[in-house]
Amino acid sequence: MIPFEYSMGLSAVLFGLGVVGVLVRRNVIVLLMCVELMLNAVNLAFVTVADHLNSVEGLLYVFFVMTVAAAEAAVGLAIVVSLYRARRAVHADEISLLKG
Amino acid sequence: MTFSMADMRLLTPHLVITAAALLVLLAEAVSPGRRKGYLPYLGIAGIVVAAFTTPGLFGPARSGFSGMLAGDAFAAFVYFILYAVGALTLLVSDGYLRDEGRDHAEYYALVLLALVGMMLMAGATHLMTLFLALETMSIAIYALAGFFRDERSAEASFKYFILGAFSSGFLLYGIALLYGACGTTEIQGILDAFASNRALAGSAMALAGVGLVTVGFAFKVAAVPFHMWTPDAYQGAPTSVTAFMATGVKAAAFAAVLRVFFVAFQTLHVDWSGVLWVLALLTMTVGNLTAIAQTDVKRMLAYSSIAHAGYILVGVVAGTPEAGAGILYYLLAYAFMNIGAFACLIMVGRKGHENTELDAFAGLGFKFPALGLAMSLFMFSMAGIPPTAGFIGKFLIFKAAVHQGYYWLTIFGVLNSAASVYYYLRVIVTMYFKPEPDAPVVEALRAGPSMAVATILAGLGVLYFGIVPGGLVDLAEQALRYLV
Repeated sequence: MIPFEYSMGLSAVLFGLGVVGVLVRRNVIVLLMCVELMLNAVNLAFVTVADHLNSVEGLLYVFFVMTVAAAEAAVGLAIVVSLYRARRAVHADEISLLKG
Repeated sequence: MTFSMADMRLLTPHLVITAAALLVLLAEAVSPGRRKGYLPYLGIAGIVVAAFTTPGLFGPARSGFSGMLAGDAFAAFVYFILYAVGALTLLVSDGYLRDEGRDHAEYYALVLLALVGMMLMAGATHLMTLFLALETMSIAIYALAGFFRDERSAEASFKYFILGAFSSGFLLYGIALLYGACGTTEIQGILDAFASNRALAGSAMALAGVGLVTVGFAFKVAAVPFHMWTPDAYQGAPTSVTAFMATGVKAAAFAAVLRVFFVAFQTLHVDWSGVLWVLALLTMTVGNLTAIAQTDVKRMLAYSSIAHAGYILVGVVAGTPEAGAGILYYLLAYAFMNIGAFACLIMVGRKGHENTELDAFAGLGFKFPALGLAMSLFMFSMAGIPPTAGFIGKFLIFKAAVHQGYYWLTIFGVLNSAASVYYYLRVIVTMYFKPEPDAPVVEALRAGPSMAVATILAGLGVLYFGIVPGGLVDLAEQALRYLV
């Protein structure tokens, strides 16, 4: 039996990795992967809490989050493709037409 | 779990608009000769039908779907703000999209589906419903922002998408931590948990949850320092989508903020009001000071929308029903004046050229008197000069803040509002007092009948609610009575 704090700690670490990844990585595909990592860290937290409280709600939320993550990835990749067609760029530093 | 007819009754407006969205998609596929000029009006018809099913929701608070969705006057009030936003956006989009050659049914359907997401956000009484509604809205708007598929539109869409997904991650992690701390994700349940267990407010998990939810919302309403995406996303997106994002998303996000902070986190007001105090001050000041430095009117309006989020946050800090009613009024006033201003921006553009640089407005006031008059009215209202709705909105929010003893924040708010007059009036001064260049930038207005109707409606709204605000304020106060 894994203690509650361990699993929550792991989910916090995973979430932190995702956040740092979004902030420091420059390839847009890696940015997408980091956002997915954040959502999966949340899923781990939901499962841990559901197990801790002995409630089924948290397990159901995981399915919602997975669905949302899939929808987000679909639209996100479509946006990346349209961006690549327009700019031939997949690095965040090159995407800087708008500023001021 | 079973759904009763009473539950379905609460969901009627959402179902009607979803049906309208699907009908729009279907209609394009089957219309003879690919005629699609009527599609936006099909959407508007859907919104009107939904509006007729909504007044029944005014009255004592009810809750449906096992405490997932509210049927109260607060939700109904926000629904009406969103109907106005949705209908005006569709009217403004009609001629604009045709001129740009992008008048596809998907656009109108996405606007309607985003509208359903916004309405669910205003009605959600469960954090998971709230999250799903937020995503329904956001994913539709990511696609809308990239609808023109040129470089700027794609870039705006990408930036909005990455920051939007990033912020929903924060919100969701906050929800998971609150679920762990309170054992429930129902808004009423969280309130009960915090009220019955004083020690809970000090637990690290609960505080982290409240903090992460605050960060998630701060991104969505574009509060400083979580505003970096706003100017780029607003400037690059199609102008009609910018208007929709600035008004609809703001209304829905603040409705959710009111429900979460005024109800679920009610007993923690001392804890979060300090944080939001700083956020409100930063948001107003940074938004206004950066707006002053802009030379592009569309980007200037993006920064101004950050500043307006700051004024609304002052009301959230105050945390009373009076402030909440002020916020609801402000959201409606902001919807009229902002969509009106963006409609004026669309009119000066032509296919492929937006002409939103400040210099392009030189001399337009006399060349196109109606445009000059409308733009001046919207600028006056945003600056908060009577007798416009923008003035009453600021007045109501600052009044509520003073009643709660937030004198310094109110003083900063009024100073900020005075500073904002500079950049709003600069547009009017350029229109009337700068001579038009020898080679005119704007030769003709891109103004079809639907654009004119939208601008006139927005202008009438700004003036009417500015001169006789009484009835609307009463309704807003009634809406808050059932919330808190």
